[in-house]
Amino acid sequence: MGSSGSHATVIPDGDSIRRETGFSQASLLRLYHRFRALDRNKKGYLSRMDLQQIGALAVNPLGDRIIDSFFPDGSQRVDFSGFVRVLAHFRPVDEEEAGIRDPKQPEPLNSRMNKLRFAFQLYDLDRDGKISRHEMLQVLRLMVGVQVTEEQLESIADRTVQEADEDGDGAVSFLEFTKSLEKMNIEQKMSIRILK
Amino acid sequence: MKERLGRVEHSGRGTEANRGECREAAAAAALTFRGLGLRSAPAALPGLPGDRATSRSDLHRGSLERVRRAMDGADLAGKILSTWLTLVLGLILLPSAFGVSLGISEIYMKILVKTLEWATIRIEKGTPKESVLKNSASVGIIQRDESPMEKGLSGLRGRDFELSDVFYFSKKGLEAIVEDEVTQRFSSEELVSWNLLTRTNINFQYISLRLTMVWVLGVLVRYCVLLPLRVTLAFIGISLLVIGTTLVGQLPDSSLKNWLSELVHLTCCRICVRSLSGTIHYHNKQYRPQKGGICVANHTSPIDVLILTTDGCYAMVGQVHGGLMGIIQRAMVKACPHVWFERSEMKDRHLVTKRLKEHIADKKKLPILIFPEGTCINNTSVMMFKKGSFEIGGTIHPVAIKYNPQFGDAFWNSSKYNMVSYLLRMMTSWAIVCDVWYMPPMTREEGEDAVQFANRVKSAIAVQGGLTELPWDGGLKRGKVKDTFKEEQQKNYSKMIVGNGSLNSESD
Repeated sequence: MGSSGSHATVIPDGDSIRRETGFSQASLLRLYHRFRALDRNKKGYLSRMDLQQIGALAVNPLGDRIIDSFFPDGSQRVDFSGFVRVLAHFRPVDEEEAGIRDPKQPEPLNSRMNKLRFAFQLYDLDRDGKISRHEMLQVLRLMVGVQVTEEQLESIADRTVQEADEDGDGAVSFLEFTKSLEKMNIEQKMSIRILK
Repeated sequence: MKERLGRVEHSGRGTEANRGECREAAAAAALTFRGLGLRSAPAALPGLPGDRATSRSDLHRGSLERVRRAMDGADLAGKILSTWLTLVLGLILLPSAFGVSLGISEIYMKILVKTLEWATIRIEKGTPKESVLKNSASVGIIQRDESPMEKGLSGLRGRDFELSDVFYFSKKGLEAIVEDEVTQRFSSEELVSWNLLTRTNINFQYISLRLTMVWVLGVLVRYCVLLPLRVTLAFIGISLLVIGTTLVGQLPDSSLKNWLSELVHLTCCRICVRSLSGTIHYHNKQYRPQKGGICVANHTSPIDVLILTTDGCYAMVGQVHGGLMGIIQRAMVKACPHVWFERSEMKDRHLVTKRLKEHIADKKKLPILIFPEGTCINNTSVMMFKKGSFEIGGTIHPVAIKYNPQFGDAFWNSSKYNMVSYLLRMMTSWAIVCDVWYMPPMTREEGEDAVQFANRVKSAIAVQGGLTELPWDGGLKRGKVKDTFKEEQQKNYSKMIVGNGSLNSESD
């Protein structure tokens, strides 16, 4: 993006990021250029406002939750490695890679489990490992704005939690979440293929 | 003699008409002085005895030598300057006054095109296949699935909320983070093949010695030959504009004044366009905006104004600036009625609309020129047209402007470059090549509101210029998107999970 005239851009910690996320060198370069383009004031990191200025993200019903996922633990800045780490969840699953994986290594960020974990934490506002009815209500409210009444929203939240909740504690744990979505083709629905 | 020489040069520079005479006068004066100089030394010391005479005359001759050499140097510089200016006058200024072209720029463009084609072939031969990153600059970098919300959520209308809905939205959100249509429009377009300018060099690897030599030659030509010429022309153009319009402004209102002001505007704009080596093709001149109409165009840079006024006079609309721009604005408004607003007045939309309505009601006044996008976009797309200009009424004359980025990038990235560095970049590019399409006039139809009309005009301009059409506001360059757009998305989603009957009517 843009004619910056830089050949041989050196990405800070490029090698370790590549190992951790599994992106190819070309993809990583593209993402780095994108990171620099989003960082309008050349601070070296992104703030919430930088992400909110992306029009298509700001109108997304889950936009705020997605932006929050870049800022874990209450931080206000995300550097390039944090940026890529989130995006790595959406890397398409390479069949070969899944087969030859060394079981002693940590799971790659784009495995089915990790994709599900990413989706789970979009709902789990306080990161306690459970989606309570209250949290479900709040996220639903984010997604529909003022278009739906409180009663309708509560009935939807109640129904959803009841369907997924197996041990009857009134909240959806991560395991219950994965079980309710076991038939879904997560790999295809949560993948973004970078062409070049 | 020296003083007379100095004075002749000085007055010569002041008015163009005397330049030719100045050259002759300077040459004559120099010769005379040299003649006098040679004769004066011995003549001043007649009949003195040998030694003292020689030493004193030596001293005199030595100092006179130095003075003579200095005079020669100044005289040479004077000659070069005057030849230079005569060339400029004869080859560029006079033809622009009469709207005639001598064909020099065409020859330059032909050479340039041939050179760039040669360079492209060399680069393609030189790079190995794998590292050719893109064959089209406008294809996105991620594979997109453009299905609408309903299909993406794999449901029918009225179905209920599912936990998996989050997948669709998070994917769309992350896609927007990796690449969105809007942010890329606020930086210069990437070229398909390199055009031998350092600034567009993104992935350059060393290809061959010849290519590098051509590039070095290009740099020399652009900075040492073209840049001084262009700066001279720009300087002359702007001064002429200010002086000319001030002079014309002294006249009483009459058709003579209008004719003269048109002449001054056209001449100066042509000079300024030549100062950028601009090659402009006008299409469909029969649709050129008429008096009492509003001309609407897509905005890429301040040069758009120059390009349009070279082919016709317009009344411009804008804020009053300070500095050089302010001087130009004040001078121009004396000769013909432009509409300049104070910064405070710009905020009052009714006032602006009222003044513009008054302007177009007078059928004798020139057509107004407006850029409804409100900000500079990089010439690959057309963004939302603000409805203000379309509420005034009157006939709209759309104009599409498309620059050819191969010869020079005209986009002004105002957050990256200020006006002066932007102009310098313009003057050190190869050339500014663009196409201007005049389009048939449009008026608001029955039952169409200003926003729909604005979108209709926008589509017409986008289609004609070969640009993408985006519904986003150019204001996203600096600010956040309005909440109303988010509410629309929320509305769509709500309809799906709740069903038609039970929607709240709290929207808008």
